[in-house]
Amino acid sequence: MGWIAAIAREIWGLFVDDLGLAIASLIWIVLVWLGGQWLGPAAGPSLFAGLGVILITSALRRAGQ
Amino acid sequence: MVINPTHAGASALAAFLASTVEFVEALTVVLAVGGVRGWRDTLFGAAAAAGVLAVLTAILGPALSFIPLRALQIVVGTLLILFGLRWLRKAILRSAGVLALHDEDQAFQKNRDAMLKLGAAGGGFDAIAFGAAFQICMLEGTEVVFIVIAVAAGGAGLIVPASLGALAAFVMVAALGLVLHKPMSRVPENTLKFIVGVILSGFGAFWVGEGIGVAWPGDDLSILGLVVGFGFLGLIGVPLCRAAASKAKGAQA
Repeated sequence: MGWIAAIAREIWGLFVDDLGLAIASLIWIVLVWLGGQWLGPAAGPSLFAGLGVILITSALRRAGQ
Repeated sequence: MVINPTHAGASALAAFLASTVEFVEALTVVLAVGGVRGWRDTLFGAAAAAGVLAVLTAILGPALSFIPLRALQIVVGTLLILFGLRWLRKAILRSAGVLALHDEDQAFQKNRDAMLKLGAAGGGFDAIAFGAAFQICMLEGTEVVFIVIAVAAGGAGLIVPASLGALAAFVMVAALGLVLHKPMSRVPENTLKFIVGVILSGFGAFWVGEGIGVAWPGDDLSILGLVVGFGFLGLIGVPLCRAAASKAKGAQA
């Protein structure tokens, strides 16, 4: 069973390095989805901008440690 | 079936670059294992992993066509965003000097030392060589399969250019490995990861947007805008992280 756990860990590691980055990205996607109608044509740029801020914040947090 | 040339070209490029990184990492371990324990069972292990992955892809690939496109775009786009941002973040931190650069020579030596510690291989089937080659090829190959399926998931017919991109990467790395017979430490791994992170993040954001009903300005051209945008963010992230790291070091001193 050890190899299954190893593969599961690898697959998890494919997507998650910084848990904060992953969770914040997911929350932002859901928020843009829920607010899509309200955002209108700004939904796409909002999705990109939010992900960009999340990425830079995560990198800066790690750099500052 | 009409294949969008923008999507096809970007899918093939993303799959080629990302797969190159994965194949180079797998080659390093295969070379270390084969060089110490012999080539027969090492190559057998690598081929077995390739076979398992081919079967998985043959099962999973067609199964994806039964999932509604919008649901697929949301799920795969989200996974691509997580995968792409993770690579981009790591590439930024490595470029800024916060994390050490990946060193293929070091990885080769580490794996070679580990194999040497296990002693010489016997005359029969070498389970250690087989297992080590199988494991690394399964792990890196799983990433390649995911990348190919993910970059192809958003549009009809994209599985062909994405697969060709990955196949070209495999042929290139395998040929270079055969000729050079040493790890490809001169491959600019971090630059590749940066570029792939940028492309996959751009694709991911686009697919998710399509899935949740975003009306992208310029339609497909938005992919290019998103890639340029994430690239710009990555480039400004490097000096920002360098400054943050230097400030943190100064505060600790």
